Amino acid sequence: MGKTLYERIWDDHAVHQAEGQATLLYVDRQLVHEVTSPQAFEGLRLKKRKVRHPERTFATMDHNVPTHAKDLSFADSISRLQMETLEKNCKEFGVSCLHFTHPDQGVVHIIGPELGITQPGMIIVCGDSHTATHGAFGALAFGIGTSEVEHVMATQTLQQNKSKTMLINIDGPLGKGVTPKDIILYIIGKIGTDGATGFVIEYAGETIRALSMEARMTICNMSIEAGGRAGMIACDEKTFEYVKGRDHAPKGEDWEKALSYWKTLKSDSDAKFNKVINLKAEDIKPQITWGTSPEQVVAVDEAVPNLDDFSDPIKKEAAKKALDYVGLKSDTPMAEILIDTVFIGSCTNGRIEDLRAAAKIAEGKKVSNKVQAIVVPGSGRVKRQAEKEGLDKIFKAAGFEWREPGCSMCLAMNEDKLNPGQRCVSTTNRNFEGRQGKGSRTHLASPEMAVVAAVEGRIADIREYI
Amino acid sequence: MEPLVKHTGLVASIDRANIDTDAIIPKQFLKKVDRVGFGKHLFHDWRYLDDEETQINPDFILNKKEYDDASVLLARDNFGCGSSREHAPWALEDFGFKVIIAPSFADIFYNNCIRNGILLVRLKDSEVDELFHFASKTNDAKITADLPNQSIATSDGKAYQFEINDFAKECLIKGLDSIGWTEQFIGKIETFEKTLAQEKPWI
Repeated sequence: MGKTLYERIWDDHAVHQAEGQATLLYVDRQLVHEVTSPQAFEGLRLKKRKVRHPERTFATMDHNVPTHAKDLSFADSISRLQMETLEKNCKEFGVSCLHFTHPDQGVVHIIGPELGITQPGMIIVCGDSHTATHGAFGALAFGIGTSEVEHVMATQTLQQNKSKTMLINIDGPLGKGVTPKDIILYIIGKIGTDGATGFVIEYAGETIRALSMEARMTICNMSIEAGGRAGMIACDEKTFEYVKGRDHAPKGEDWEKALSYWKTLKSDSDAKFNKVINLKAEDIKPQITWGTSPEQVVAVDEAVPNLDDFSDPIKKEAAKKALDYVGLKSDTPMAEILIDTVFIGSCTNGRIEDLRAAAKIAEGKKVSNKVQAIVVPGSGRVKRQAEKEGLDKIFKAAGFEWREPGCSMCLAMNEDKLNPGQRCVSTTNRNFEGRQGKGSRTHLASPEMAVVAAVEGRIADIREYI
Repeated sequence: MEPLVKHTGLVASIDRANIDTDAIIPKQFLKKVDRVGFGKHLFHDWRYLDDEETQINPDFILNKKEYDDASVLLARDNFGCGSSREHAPWALEDFGFKVIIAPSFADIFYNNCIRNGILLVRLKDSEVDELFHFASKTNDAKITADLPNQSIATSDGKAYQFEINDFAKECLIKGLDSIGWTEQFIGKIETFEKTLAQEKPWI
């Protein structure tokens, strides 16, 4: 019987396997940021351990960084301490660190691919659940906790139990106004926020093949919101083209060697998945969430669900609590919901293609005077590229704020946060209670939908504007 | 890590599905650079009425005096979903929770708990329903978790079996130092790296 892509990468990285024990998997790259690493470095220090492969470990600052300016005086003193601690730890353990003032600094899952650190066939980990993003390169990438970060630092391996495998096939052309964000939100709505718990998802089918690398990253990024341990997409010419020539990509003879290995990285045609889901792209409409879990999502031309429509009593109770929290009533058409904030950015939708798509819609329009709208590029490189193309001018002319790179309002650890009761259309990945600030209300959507919401001051259907 | 073999404790229940790690410990508490003292911020948004944690929410179960000593937590599906923050198990452990029972747990959270000596027990929906009923009858509901026998027993005499993989079980029972365990295979890691350097020099 053939192997799935996941099984192939697993087998290629198994250092030790024995009955009744976890498998030791070799980790090719570890990405590090300021929030989930200080206790790991401290653990090493206490036990007098070293980072086994500092050259396979890459750090940056993103979660806490101020976005108003590259100036630490905007950050609170505890955030500053956390960033200074990362800098100090990286120096002590010989790990390279993109300081927040470095021109290439950015959100860890944006800069990994951008700098060519992310490559096909690798096992990539990071103390961050959105590490699944890197799966778009045919890599096995997943989030880990701080104890595991320390384990990888010390041993370059990780103890893992094998996950089950899920294949999600999507075929056919995408409809008007439908973006990669809508694909993944639609999937989460279909299978639920724990639909892939215990599974690694492989996304396949002609719709996925037709997507750009950045679009694939958006899809893999939110695998965790469906509960998936990881999400992955087999590599192809688009992948190789994307990686080629980047700072950390293999060069010369190594490139040829790598390429011939990467070309073997796919699921065999007779590989068996534990679960297969087939979807048609034509069924997907632009999506928007209404509640406090990413699975609480509808098409933008629908209404907030009626509580009586839930047959599962636990889901019904969850919906009731969510509506109470977000201050919405059943049956309200989504397009009638007024908003006061728009956020464009994050590891889900903060890449150059996202900003191009958003700017295309924003061009010549004006943000409603009732809305604060901010654009936070995913990295220094994304920002510079956008400025080179004049996207910043389009955004600013339309009334959007143009900020410095960072995680920003995706999780509101820095100064960018909503006040209680504020309602935001956000291109991020989580609409949890309090995610964007205590009492914040979040509606997840694509960058294009975020722009039309900013212009109208309410949730709006992108299809009416293109 | 403290070994966990058998534990008897008072049950606190939160009847919600998808309790995410943002709810368990909100981001403003992730800025610390050490791993102690997270317990007082556990479930911050539900437990306190103000940001400074000076006004407690009297309706929240963990603020009721009789649950001060709760060490077993009962919840619904997909407990611990969302962010990978290990601050969530640190907060639960620091508060005093040793055992969490739910129909399902998020994967990263599950691993993080094992690393911190917290036993996660997966039971069927119907069994979790029974436990919710048991916990609601009295504020003195106690549960005993027996890890070697993979069983849960209530103070009113009901028993349930649960599944756990052998390695997680061994880690908890022995309070295993996970890096120490891996270091016994350092020779295998070195051999792997030699082959890697030959076969995949670009890594």
